[in-house]
Order: sequence, then C-alpha cells, then structure tokens
Amino acid sequence: MTVQTADRRGSASGAAARTSRHRSSWRRRRSAIPGFGLTLGVTMALLSLIVLIPLTAVAIKAASLSPADFARVAFSERAMLAYRLSFGAAFVAAIINGVFGLLTAWVLARYKFPGKAFIDGLVDLPFALPTAVAGIALASLYAPNGWLGAPLAKIGVTAAYNPLGVVIALTFIGLPFVVRTVEPVIAHLAADVEEASASLGASRLSTLMRVILPALAPAWLTGFALAFARGIGEYGSVIFIAGNKPYISEIAPLLIVIQLEQFEHAGAAAIALVMLVASFVLLLAINGIQAWARRFQA
Amino acid sequence: MSTQTPVRGHYASEDPLWVKVVVVTLVALFLTLLLILPLVTVFSEALKRGVGPALEALGTYDAVSAIKLTLTAAAIAVPLNAVFGVCAAWAIAKHEFPGKSILISLIDLPFSVSPVVAGLIYVLVFGAQGWFGEFLLEHDWRIIFALPGIVLATIFVTFPFVARELIPLMQAQGAAEEEAAVSMGAGGLTTFWRVTAPNIRLGLLYGVLLCNARAMGEFGAVSVVSGHIRGLTDTMPLHVEILYNEYDFVGAFAVAGLLCLLALLTLVAKTVLEMLHPGVKTRSAH
Repeated sequence: MTVQTADRRGSASGAAARTSRHRSSWRRRRSAIPGFGLTLGVTMALLSLIVLIPLTAVAIKAASLSPADFARVAFSERAMLAYRLSFGAAFVAAIINGVFGLLTAWVLARYKFPGKAFIDGLVDLPFALPTAVAGIALASLYAPNGWLGAPLAKIGVTAAYNPLGVVIALTFIGLPFVVRTVEPVIAHLAADVEEASASLGASRLSTLMRVILPALAPAWLTGFALAFARGIGEYGSVIFIAGNKPYISEIAPLLIVIQLEQFEHAGAAAIALVMLVASFVLLLAINGIQAWARRFQA
Repeated sequence: MSTQTPVRGHYASEDPLWVKVVVVTLVALFLTLLLILPLVTVFSEALKRGVGPALEALGTYDAVSAIKLTLTAAAIAVPLNAVFGVCAAWAIAKHEFPGKSILISLIDLPFSVSPVVAGLIYVLVFGAQGWFGEFLLEHDWRIIFALPGIVLATIFVTFPFVARELIPLMQAQGAAEEEAAVSMGAGGLTTFWRVTAPNIRLGLLYGVLLCNARAMGEFGAVSVVSGHIRGLTDTMPLHVEILYNEYDFVGAFAVAGLLCLLALLTLVAKTVLEMLHPGVKTRSAH
C-alpha cells in the first residue's frame, strides 16, 4: 500500500517536486522511484529495535549507579589499567599496521610479482577468520613452547600471556583496515604528478616524501583510526594470548565479561559506557578525517 | 643514492628494482609471520595425532550440535541482514532526504561497538534483571542463554555488512534505469526485480559472503548471551574456547580447522568474484 501511494505521488508531481525543492531545501527531494516509505520504514524499524534502543540500555543501566559508585567501578585502578592496556596496545598495533599496511598496499597497488593474487586474498584473512580461531592459533604460536614463542623466549622475550601478546593479536586483527583503505588511493594516484616531480629534478625519495605520502595521509589516517577503533573493543582474538592477569594483561572488554559473570550488570554497563563514549569520539574523528580528505582532494 | 636518476626505459613513477625486491620481501615476511603461520598452526595442531582423532572430535555430540547451532543462527541472521541491506540501500541510494548522512553513520555504528558490549545490551534488555526480564520469565520465553539471543547478537555485529556493500554500488549506478521503468508504467516490485536486482546481484552476493563469514565466526557478542551450555547453546567458536580451556587441543583445533576452511572458502569465493567482476569491490574497509 505504501508502495502505491509513493508511486502515485512520485509520478504525478515531478514538476511540482522540482519547484518545492527550491522553495524548501530541507524537505526530501521527491524521486519518481517508489518504495521510499516502505524501505525507509523497514530500515528505521530494524535499526531502532536491534541497535539504537538496546544501546540506550547501557546508559540507562549505568545511570542507576550513584556517581560515586560509577567512579568506583568504571575508574577503579584495575579498570584504568585495563583501559590503558586496551588503548595502548591498540595504538601500538595500529602504528605497526600503519607501517606494514602501507607497504603491503603499495606492493599490491604498484608492483607485479608472482604470488600477488595470493597475497591480495590473504590480506582479508583477519576479516574472514573467526576471532577465537585467530586467538588460539596465535596463543599456541607464541606460547613459551610454540614455534615463535620458543625462539623468542631464548632471547628473553615473553610474547604470550603478556601485554606484548595483546599487541600481536591486535596487529593481526587490524591489518586489512589500513591496507584496504590506502590501496585504492595509491591505485588512483596520478602517475603524471610523480613524473612531473621527477622531471623537475626531485629524487625518487623526495617525490615519495613530498608528493606521494602527503596525498596518502588522509586515507592512511582513516585506516589507522579504523584499526585503532577495532583494536580497542576486540575480545576473541586477545583473551587466549593475553593471559588475562589482573592489573597486567587484562583488557577492558574482559572486565565487562567479569562483571557480568558476577551478575554486576550495572558495573558492566558503567565500563561499557566508558568504552562506548571512547568509540563515539573515535567515530567522530574518523568522519572528520574523511570530510577533511574530501576537501583535500577537491 | 641510486634512486636519483631513473634507469633508461623506466617510468619516473616506477621504483628501482632493488627497492621492489626489498619491499616485497619485507611484506612477504611480515604476512608470513602474521597471517600464514597462524593458519599453518591450526591445521598442524588439529592433525597432530593424525586425521582420525581430528575427525573424531568433529563427530562428538557436542561438536555436531555446535555446528548445527552455528548454521541455524547464520541461516536466520544472514537473510535478515540481506533484507535490511537492500531496504536501506534502496531508501538511501535511490532517494534524497534530510538526515541521510546521519542514517549512514548510524548503520555503521555496530562496527565501532565492542562485541562484548553488543552482547551486554541484550542481557540488559532481555536478561533476568533486564527491562523485559520478568515478563519473559512469566511467559517462560527464553531469549538470553538461548537461540534468540544468539541470533540477535549475530545480527547486531553483522548489521552493516550488506548495506555498506550495496549503498555505494547503488549510488554509483544512479536511479535513471529505475526512473525509466517507472515512467513506462512498471510498479515498485517489478522495477526492483526486473531492473535493480540484476544490477546489484553480485554486490549482494559479495556482502552476504562476508556477512556469513562473520556471522558463523562471531565470538565475543555470542559468548556473552549464550551461557555456554554444552550441546545446547554452544556455537562453533564457543566450542573451540571450551575445548581449548579443557586442554583438548586436538579437539579445539579440529573445530577451529573447520572454521578456517570456511574462512578460506570465503576468501577464494571473494577473490573469484572480484576477478570476474572488478566493479564488485566497492568498499574500502570493514
């Protein structure tokens, strides 16, 4: 029924819509295509019921705590150390991915070499592989008796059951974000700009530093922020390799699970609220970078 | 440095051979350490005592019911996501309305929420202490620690997958073809099935493929709402965790190997799709 109304309205009032668009730009522009009411209705209903309304439960539950109780749970020493680990390890992992992800993107966009299709497909593995599988694989790889853990132990580096293990897991999870954000920008980078730079006498290195890298900066920052944001909330791949020692290698999402297991729902909501606020700030930053990038490119 | 003058016959935008060799070697080394070794570990641990024990672990009652539960949850969550994705893309790509960019950001929201928080919100709403806890208890309806909760959590974490794939694709295709169909008298559904659907078929398949991989592999969100009841509310990833924590490494890695095969299959299908139809890869990340 909605489809029919939209249809009639759309086809009958094409010209009227065009004038009303000029009169009031805040109104939606009428399209001849039917189904707007129905599809937007379904979209809004599902979005509200599954995402938006349940998310408010976190804030409402956290608000049931007194400010003092909220601070006692959400900003306890143990919680602060967990935030520091989650944010710190995610940041370090995003930096590592920023370097190697950029190189990988460069190689995929610019070079031809045997096995390139294999590498191209492999880069998306962290998107496709269940996080728990990645978690147990990394844990046994870097355990003191593992293939990589044993040689590392010999030179005195404990990777698994340590903050370093958290960094390794988050590097695994974050790699495709940087590669897949930067790669299309490298592919579309006009070769004539580089040739102009070279013909004006710039060395390849200074072309790289002065021409290529600045053009990649917005995409690189977006990829970095996406990897960072994903790392902060990551759970499945981390808990196996982290060892989960309180105050040392305990990540923030694990604290929420621990609170839940003790039926401290308000406490869980308080920590979740802190993490949600951090995620939203990051999301705003990512949108800001992308808006800036569009202006930069135009 | 030798990079200063390009070798005759090379473009200025092309790197010297030694740079290429060094960079490709570095990347190959990094990806081997980070991605290939973990994959090899899964299969080598699963087959440590031969094929027999690994298959045996997959044949136990708990493993079979975990596989069934994972397939059931994905079979509900993925089609629902596809319907949502098509609806959202239709409204966003084919129409203009105020607040569109906010709506797109809201659809992306689940990507920036920790999976654990995604599970927590349903416990807060439907759990025993939650908004509808008493109501559900009175009617003896189970959502948390049961299939509906697992499906809800799965839908939440995969929510943006199909929509994100279709919105840029349908925006790039524009609305001209649909407008032509409508102006010649086609109804909404006819226009969709005859004009739009053939155009977005591959993009939809691509989105569904990635959505399915995530749906079957989700751990954090599902772990919070499942209650880990063996043989009942244990999905495959959760079963991996239980076996691993019980030091049944062959069993854990056997189930993990099955999930690995699913991931590899997804990647191969995705690569084939991209090779046959280069335009299908529209999204940049996620």
